[in-house]
Amino acid sequence: MSDPAMLAIRDLDVHFPLVNGQLVRAVEKLSLTLRAGETVGLVGESGSGKTTVGKTALRLVRATAGQIEIDGMDVIGASNRDLKKLRQKAQIIFQDPHSSLNPRMTIRRAVSEGLILNTSLRGKALRDRVAETLDAMGLSAQFHDRYPHELSGGQKQRVCIARALVLEPDLLVLDEPTSALDVSVQAQILGILKDLRATRPALTQLFISHNLAVVRFLCERVAVMYLGRIVEEGPVEQVFDDPCHPYTRALLSAVPVPEARARPDRMRLTGDIPSPTNVPKGCSFHTRCPIAEKGLCDTTPPPLRRTGEARMALCHFAEPMLETPAT
Amino acid sequence: MTDASLEPRTAAIRPPMRFRETRRAIKTYSRSFSSMLGLVIVVLFLFIAAFGPWLAPYPEDAYGAVDFAAKLLPPSAEHWFGTDQVGSDILSRVLIGARTTLQIGVTVTGIAILIGVPLGLIAGMTSGWISEVIMRITDIFLSIPGLILAIAIVGALGPGILNAMIALSLVWWPGYVRLVQAKTLSERNETYVDAARALGAGPLRVLFVHVLPNCLSPIIVKASMDMGMAILGAASLGFLGLGAQPPYPEWGAMIATGRAYLPDWWWATFFPGLAIYLTVLGFNLLGDGLRDVFDPRQR
Repeated sequence: MSDPAMLAIRDLDVHFPLVNGQLVRAVEKLSLTLRAGETVGLVGESGSGKTTVGKTALRLVRATAGQIEIDGMDVIGASNRDLKKLRQKAQIIFQDPHSSLNPRMTIRRAVSEGLILNTSLRGKALRDRVAETLDAMGLSAQFHDRYPHELSGGQKQRVCIARALVLEPDLLVLDEPTSALDVSVQAQILGILKDLRATRPALTQLFISHNLAVVRFLCERVAVMYLGRIVEEGPVEQVFDDPCHPYTRALLSAVPVPEARARPDRMRLTGDIPSPTNVPKGCSFHTRCPIAEKGLCDTTPPPLRRTGEARMALCHFAEPMLETPAT
Repeated sequence: MTDASLEPRTAAIRPPMRFRETRRAIKTYSRSFSSMLGLVIVVLFLFIAAFGPWLAPYPEDAYGAVDFAAKLLPPSAEHWFGTDQVGSDILSRVLIGARTTLQIGVTVTGIAILIGVPLGLIAGMTSGWISEVIMRITDIFLSIPGLILAIAIVGALGPGILNAMIALSLVWWPGYVRLVQAKTLSERNETYVDAARALGAGPLRVLFVHVLPNCLSPIIVKASMDMGMAILGAASLGFLGLGAQPPYPEWGAMIATGRAYLPDWWWATFFPGLAIYLTVLGFNLLGDGLRDVFDPRQR
């Protein structure tokens, strides 16, 4: 716990007003801290607000309330000059590599853009740096003058990774970087991301995904989101092997396993995730929770309980960690 | 030293790389017969506009030379398109009139783009009252038939070729505002704009480097079609007597004066009409062809 925080999010609210006067509460009172060098997974269903958290952390979306700090620098109130420094520190990789590349830019120009905007590298030095970064992603010189539509999905995602890494950021937000790709290409990208942890151990990564296996493969810690809140957080093995929150249990039991036999412990969630314009009272999960208790869960918001050494769960029924008296 | 050995290889690869996009565009375009026909007509039109005075057999006839001995002669070897009521050679007048027509098309379309594209970009990139004001004014202009409004404007300014061009420009820009605003709005929400912002691109860079280049193709397509439409509009104003005044060699005005001699002396209206028809058709086919080239689904 002595490592300094690279990304610190405290009590973040992100609300979007709708035209009809309703309010979409995409993120509610969310706190999450990433220590330097750590890879943290953020998982949840579609519509749980994962992507919004990632975008807000880089101020691509305006926060409604709360604090965000990257390496000690305030993000939400940053001036244009501070923002420029932040842009160099933190980068993002999006889900769909096709739409995240400008169709009218060659990939060389796309990767150069960040350097032109943030460094004084020009001319040959710039070209060399770009070529080096693209080569490291397995894109040889013959690709550098191509346009995005001439590349495959995996190649495009590698360009996006190169574009983010060329600035040598300290923090990388990965917003479902593999979900838009074919399975065979997913493996390739995951390999690159895994290697990244070896080659750049100082890089802090926020890995946003709904793919639990991928999170387990890449991350040290995981935070589970439901309706804009983190419902459980902790080290990946502990959370996945022994989930404390019923929602995490449901998520894990929804992962298909290659076995024909029916699993008796299978836990199914009924219904859809409630609309974030109308978040249920009390515990936001009580409408779908199998262990919800009338009179408690539908009226009282659950407390955040410490359920382990570095674990937390947002549930009335989470077993609190036994306080071992200091001897 | 490895650099030296690599140099010739990369140099050999690069040129075809750079022109591959262009080659693909040419290939897509030339596949279609009608697009090629449009291109041929437009090129021919531009050629005539450039060299009309030297091509015309009787260039002085274009500017009011009168020869009543030769009036209303039918098409013949001497006067291919015949002569009009004052004995001027119609072929000469049509050839020289091409330049006026081109001027009208370029000016009207150009001014419309200069007014419409910036307004569209502003309306698309901003939200709130600025974009509301721009779009509502645009809607007001779009809700009035363009030619009627142009007639009213020329009526106020007084007839003449220059006033006709001003009037047409003033009614033409709203189409570009709509087009550019819609395109900007969709481009603005593309992920690559977010990516550029994450890289540190400011709003102006996002606008000019990322959004505008991606709006160019529909603008070019609309402009090439509008060339034809503007020419037609100017000819209509000329026909109504609000545009170019006889004996100025403008195709619409020529039809207007020739109308009195229909149907017996048909050539006085037929050939200027044919010239308008072919030119407008040419620009429309060109626009259609360009649309095919720029259509992302073709890629």
